[in-house]
Amino acid sequence: MSTLDTQTAAHVEDHAHDDHHEHHDNFWTKYIFSTDHKMIGKQFLVTGIFWAIIGGALSMIFRLQLGFPDMDLEWIRPILGNWITPQGKLDPEFYLALVTMHGTIMVFFVLTAGLSGTFSNYLIPLQIGARDMASGFMNMLSYWFFFLSGVVMLVSLFIETGPASAGWWNYPPLSALPQAVSGSGAGMTMWLVAMALFIVSSLLGSINYITTVINLRTAGMTLARLPLTIWSFFLTAIIGVLSFPVLLAAALLLIFDRGFGTAFYLSEIYIGGEALPQVGGSPILYQHLFWFLGHPEVYIVLLPALGITSEVISTNSRKPIFGYRAMIGSMLGITILSFVVWAHHMFVSGMNPFLGTIFTLLTLIIAVPSAVKVFNYLATLWRGNIVFTPATLFSIGLVSLFISGGLTGIFLGNSAIDIQLHDTYFVVAHFHLVMGSASFFGLMAGVYHWFPKMFGRMMDSRLGYVHFWLTFIGVYMVFFPMHYIGIAGFPRHYYSFTNFQAFSGFSDLNAFVSAAAIFTFVAQLIFLFNFFYSMYKGRRAPQNPWNSNTLEWTTPIEPGHGNWPGAIPAVYRWPYDYSKPNADKDGFEDFIPQTVPLSETPNSNLPFEKEQMEEVKQK
Amino acid sequence: MQNLVILVGALFVLVAIVLVHRIFVLVGVVKGTDKKRITPANKWNAALMVVFLLVTLSISGYYSYVHFDEYTIPIASEHGALTDNLFWITMGVTGVVFIITQVLLFGFSFKYQHNEKKPAFYYPDNGKLEALWTIVPAIVLAALIISGLSTWHKVTGPAPENAEVIEILGYQFAWKVRYPGADGQLGKHDYRLIDADNMFGMDFSDKTAFDDFIPRELHIPVNRPVEFKIRARDVIHSVFIPQFRLKMDAVPGMPTRFHFTATKTTEEMRRELNDPKFNYELACNQICGRGHFAMKMNVVVDSEEDYEKWKAEQKSWLSKNPEYLSRIPEELKELALVKTGMDTEAEANENSL
Repeated sequence: MSTLDTQTAAHVEDHAHDDHHEHHDNFWTKYIFSTDHKMIGKQFLVTGIFWAIIGGALSMIFRLQLGFPDMDLEWIRPILGNWITPQGKLDPEFYLALVTMHGTIMVFFVLTAGLSGTFSNYLIPLQIGARDMASGFMNMLSYWFFFLSGVVMLVSLFIETGPASAGWWNYPPLSALPQAVSGSGAGMTMWLVAMALFIVSSLLGSINYITTVINLRTAGMTLARLPLTIWSFFLTAIIGVLSFPVLLAAALLLIFDRGFGTAFYLSEIYIGGEALPQVGGSPILYQHLFWFLGHPEVYIVLLPALGITSEVISTNSRKPIFGYRAMIGSMLGITILSFVVWAHHMFVSGMNPFLGTIFTLLTLIIAVPSAVKVFNYLATLWRGNIVFTPATLFSIGLVSLFISGGLTGIFLGNSAIDIQLHDTYFVVAHFHLVMGSASFFGLMAGVYHWFPKMFGRMMDSRLGYVHFWLTFIGVYMVFFPMHYIGIAGFPRHYYSFTNFQAFSGFSDLNAFVSAAAIFTFVAQLIFLFNFFYSMYKGRRAPQNPWNSNTLEWTTPIEPGHGNWPGAIPAVYRWPYDYSKPNADKDGFEDFIPQTVPLSETPNSNLPFEKEQMEEVKQK
Repeated sequence: MQNLVILVGALFVLVAIVLVHRIFVLVGVVKGTDKKRITPANKWNAALMVVFLLVTLSISGYYSYVHFDEYTIPIASEHGALTDNLFWITMGVTGVVFIITQVLLFGFSFKYQHNEKKPAFYYPDNGKLEALWTIVPAIVLAALIISGLSTWHKVTGPAPENAEVIEILGYQFAWKVRYPGADGQLGKHDYRLIDADNMFGMDFSDKTAFDDFIPRELHIPVNRPVEFKIRARDVIHSVFIPQFRLKMDAVPGMPTRFHFTATKTTEEMRRELNDPKFNYELACNQICGRGHFAMKMNVVVDSEEDYEKWKAEQKSWLSKNPEYLSRIPEELKELALVKTGMDTEAEANENSL
């Protein structure tokens, strides 16, 4: 107990200190250069939403091209200028720029920064019981490096030679040689600079998250009492710290190849009527380095979404998450395995087929922990008492998308099957479901669930329902048909399919997909309206709107800098005591918050909890 | 125009939704239900779960069945039968898992919707269940891995000795193919020797290059192993022939290969598909720049006799580009004339003069 007392005392002191500062907050320190994790989380969220609109809008333009190739696009000229040809068509090179920037923006700026950046920042201190991040200043830097990265990326959209256009992976030599595609000129340089800044931001954030989770947990918050959200953010940060530097290395070598005449990736190239001097480099090296980040990146965007879903599904089915330890175990398994599957993106790259064997084996193993997670979600819903909040709906939607997209991964991870499916629309369907849509649904679940904590007001749930159903139906209409197009062999990155007999069909399905994409995009306006309207005009939030157990709901409705006005509460139990038998005899409804000591719940304590109490007494 | 209609339609829907929503909010305030945690919407959402499941399963099932012939493409190679087999086995396994898990997900969501009288069942853990659903997927996946890897091994193993070797070169934005000629050996190449005509950078100090020929179309024999030696000149491309289930990147500076045996001639395929215009096509499958979507070469699968006949008709590249004779070392010139058949041609010309 003595440690707990001193800790609490220290916290109280801390708090007095914080209070002192709060009075001096002005507009700049509160909203712009804030070091408060809550404000930084909101900054990431709003910036993420901005980028989601840009990234989505880019996809609308190329979906018009793919779905309605005969359409006159003259009306977009005011925005795209000369990227619309005199015939009113989209320029084929700008088409490639669009898909490249759509991918980059969605993966990094929306689903990494917007999801992990928002919720890791916002939730870690609140859910582990800390006043703020380990380093508030580093946290602020993390956001501002991200912002700077965004500025560079945004400017690159408007330069004359166009933004990077060699696919979101930007394989050299295409990305190294401006002669090969105009986007590989200044646009690619800016892409590399922006990514370098982004990596700095990500590292500053991740190191902070890891340190905070390890060092700043409140009294009683053992690792086995952490909400699964925190576990997922923690493991995500570890993946980020280990894999992002490798991308930086890849980018650095590419910068050398582009500007300083080195030959890391270039060899025996004849282009534009001349033979380049570089020999001995290997384009495959870049692919290995890129996917060493690129694959873990999939889990960087997915794990936080799964963590949020675990929390939301458990809370709203009024049941403990099924298999808490198995959930942590499977996330650990995914974290470790995510580092040893990267070359399944390269089965037909020309690398030694023996590597293909190894990576098939490792890739399919990662399906096991993923399957465990799905079954645990199903078991959590089983015999629950489900309250359908918008967050619940998005979480259930996530599980559905995770199943649909995960299963097609079993095809693609098997090298022999991948020969045919590699880089076809089957792959596009696969990763948009399992990584894109699933993570997006996790993001939405998180926003709807924690909005009351963030802004002290409720989002409108009816609009939330409508938003969910339109989006859910929409993403399935967009991405499910792509499986058929992919099985039929249609390759990715094609500006049009008219040149090949083999790809001449399915114009109806492509038009359908495009219409569905526009439909889904427009449906997001409902969310935007709900989000910004509720921020100012929403119904005032109660203290604990979802009857949740976790610590953040013990803070004031609008927590100030430092989170708890008094001492930080101590924690006595895990966060999933929902619908515990006999809780009513202890005077509780169907939830017992983490802050309730076991001594207050003699009737509902489980045998192992009684033992714990005995031990404490004996000491 | 079509697009405009969609946009206008979407706008109308939005306006309608906003209006309906406003009415509901006001009704809620009057009735006092706006502050309740469980509203009638809970039932609606639960019901929609089942509706969604049934509608999507039927639509996708219907489409998959009715349009089967449109989205599956015929197989025209030996290994294609193996990989397709694997594909459909995986489809069967994952299909079953897909339906079971989705039915449970939406079914549970509906069945266990909030009910005041039925509290949730406190059930945090079950080691046996966890073990079960770890081990069963592991076994199923092991089976898929084993069958997958044995197929992969067959496909990527060394090419048979008697394989017909053909070189494919990808460049922005077309393909070129080179055949070894009568001596059965492709001549050496060096990228520094590439120019507007000598696109392969053939090195004519190597005598095996003299009889190499570069036709306009890719011809291959049916039922005989073929090995593609694949190169790229500028950026990465990827050789893709859908009916052969064949795909391999073409990488500058790093030759790659893929061997296979075609099982149906172009004529046979035309009859099978009842499409007299059918052609096999070689497509690019790796983003390579502006013309990526137009990198096409026709592929002709000939019967054995047709193939040999076609091959015999081809003239060596050197004989078509005699100005390159000057690049040949003096001591090999004689040989070059013989190998390319230019000596007899020259004689014939002299005679006719």
